Amino acid sequence: MLKVRSSRPVLPGFRLSLGITLFWLSVIVLVPLSAVFAKSATGGWDGFVAAALSERALASYRLTFGAALLGAAINCVFGLIVAWVLVRYDFPGKRALGAAVDLPFALPTAVAGIALTTLYADTGLLGRPLAALGLPVAYQPAGVVLALTFIGLPFVVRTVEPVLAEVAHETEEAATTLGATRLQTMARVIFPTLLPALATGFALAFARGAGEYGSVIFIAGNMPFRSEIAPLLIVTQLEEYDFAGAASIAVVMLLVSVAMLLVLNMLQHWQRRKG
Amino acid sequence: MAHPRHLSEPRLLQLLLIGIALAYLGLMIFLPLGAVLVQALQDGSGAWVAAVTEPDALAAVRLTLLVASIAVPLNLVFGVAASWAISKYEFRGKTLLVTLIELPFSVSPVVSGLVFVLLFGAQGWFGEWLASRDIEIIFAVPGLVLATVFVTFPFVARQLIPLMTMQGREEEEAALSLGASGWQTFWRVTLPNIRFGVLYGVLLCNARAMGEFGAVSVVSGHIRGETNTMPLQVEVLYNEYNFVAAFAVASLLAGLALVTLLLKSFLEWRHGDELAARH
Amino acid sequence: MLRGTSASVSVRSVSKRFSAFPALTDVSLDIAAGEFMALLGPSGSGKTTLLRVIAGLEVPDSGHVLFDGRDVTRVPAAERGIGFVFQHYALFGHMTIEQNIAFGLDVMKRRERPPRSQIRERVSELLQLVQLEGYEKRYPNQLSGGQRQRIALARALARRPSILLLDEPFGALDAKVRRELRSALRKIHEEIGLTSIFVTHDHEEAFGLADRVSILGTGRILEVGTPNGLRTSANQVVRSFLD
Repeated sequence: MLKVRSSRPVLPGFRLSLGITLFWLSVIVLVPLSAVFAKSATGGWDGFVAAALSERALASYRLTFGAALLGAAINCVFGLIVAWVLVRYDFPGKRALGAAVDLPFALPTAVAGIALTTLYADTGLLGRPLAALGLPVAYQPAGVVLALTFIGLPFVVRTVEPVLAEVAHETEEAATTLGATRLQTMARVIFPTLLPALATGFALAFARGAGEYGSVIFIAGNMPFRSEIAPLLIVTQLEEYDFAGAASIAVVMLLVSVAMLLVLNMLQHWQRRKG
Repeated sequence: MAHPRHLSEPRLLQLLLIGIALAYLGLMIFLPLGAVLVQALQDGSGAWVAAVTEPDALAAVRLTLLVASIAVPLNLVFGVAASWAISKYEFRGKTLLVTLIELPFSVSPVVSGLVFVLLFGAQGWFGEWLASRDIEIIFAVPGLVLATVFVTFPFVARQLIPLMTMQGREEEEAALSLGASGWQTFWRVTLPNIRFGVLYGVLLCNARAMGEFGAVSVVSGHIRGETNTMPLQVEVLYNEYNFVAAFAVASLLAGLALVTLLLKSFLEWRHGDELAARH
Repeated sequence: MLRGTSASVSVRSVSKRFSAFPALTDVSLDIAAGEFMALLGPSGSGKTTLLRVIAGLEVPDSGHVLFDGRDVTRVPAAERGIGFVFQHYALFGHMTIEQNIAFGLDVMKRRERPPRSQIRERVSELLQLVQLEGYEKRYPNQLSGGQRQRIALARALARRPSILLLDEPFGALDAKVRRELRSALRKIHEEIGLTSIFVTHDHEEAFGLADRVSILGTGRILEVGTPNGLRTSANQVVRSFLD
């Protein structure tokens, strides 16, 4: 199946490099992932359904995917503003601000988790006033949304930024000379151009958030049916030696990951076609 | 500004947008970062030093360095090989291969750890076979390395594939036509062209390898002084309400993150054109 | 039905600097209503800046721009009643050809905006004018360079501007398409009867197409005249530029 198509003399090293690639990919990724599917099937279809779609599991999916969607949506709004400001305006400290956007990529999730918890706990700098307002964040589903918003912050900014920088100045000028107001230009000319990038950033933030564990478990409270995310449920079942149960939930998570990969590929296609 | 006012937003709106961006990043980025430092130093620098030089903390630092120093080179070799195969040749199934390489990015860290428990744990596929030979993988260093390699799998490849695809293979073909061997071509032509891309990929790969939590947490067993990496040590200390020590170790990791960001910005600033194929 | 109005353009002592670089220095120019004027010069001569100042895409540091005697220096580009054609077309990639051409009409205030049916009529009329009937539902990236520039021209004409400004409109096209578009442009100019000003660095193009040619160099106007008049010009700099 894997055959060099070109008939002209090519560089040496094809077999070696592809060999290493396929071997490593199989050993590290493909075989281990297939173990999850195999394990989830050991209890038969009924066993799989009972574990993967139990009330507790369903509650954890609702929280996990719901909070990931909400976090990604929040980042769409603010990420767009941050990207806009970074590309379009000049102000002191802009370079540092631009670099800081990537912090959630670089900061270990456990560190983010305890930092956010400390800030938003009822005794924390932000948690105290919020709790006084009747809006507790830590140890609540809201805490999950907060952690996933933090984790997803760089995605929208980093996908929108280069596209925004490339929106030809001419295009905006064309809209002006055709009589469009600034608001019309932004809404009808610039925004539609950014839409594929925005959707890609949203999907990346969602995919990352749905699987996130480290930053969430500290702040979530981890109450079954209420503030327990799906990855935590996997860990819990693993600690109870329910391997088939853990694998079944993992299969659901993996299927969502694969679906997100497909969505992202389609979005990339969309973006390229528009370019 | 070089442009007439009506080609940009009103000054007030500009200030408002900048204000919102600053407030958002301040709240989400700078405040948590500051909280780590404040908490770590709340009992003074003496307590901080004591916390990070305590034997379990030092063991965690050593283990983190050990795991990263194995996982990163492995993924470096893989990443260069994969990018070479994908960027220099045309073959069927290439798109699928690229997608599979990126797959670990979208897999939950917990699942990334779980897969190795299912393979090598006491109840796993190879559990009995390993136990009979006294080989420990889960709850031991090899498990930590495997989980870390899985999680950081795409970093180097993802960086190099677009870069090497853009560079094409003309220079390599020229070197070969001048009589260079395959390896000579690789070391003397290809590698110098991609060195900053390699560095960039290794930087990000290393940051993730040292900071990974979910995947290693599943395979570690949390044995203090033995299988606790720094992020796991943070969790253990935090759950024991030893906040100063937890944040002290966390501040080391935050420092690592800041150094990573600084180096990353520096690479983008100095060698941005050589990394340009990233997007 | 196609025939529109035209306006005269006066540029009075316009200067414009970009940081340290003087793009225009005390430039004055009068263009009569209905005239076809070429701004000719090498790159860096200020010809594009002058066009953009007339369009309102740049604000001059000093001096004035008058349309039919009315000072428009401070009037935003959107309200000047001009059409502008860009070198690289600047079509909206996410819109169909029809939406592109209709854009200028769509963004009008509701009480001024013509009804849907009339907009559609205007679009097909303009597509006919640029000889691209039936392209309504296509997207810009499905068109060739020459076709895109025709669409850009149609789009610029949709609001019946009295002044049409073109910035190196054929610069990105190959020689054959250039020739076709040149004659098409001249024909459209006469049919509609508006004032046209176009920027070029190709003197053949300027002399073959325009009623009058302004020759610019280093931010100043060196000479203005009819193609025939300029060919016999005594100005050494102009002569060297023509040969």
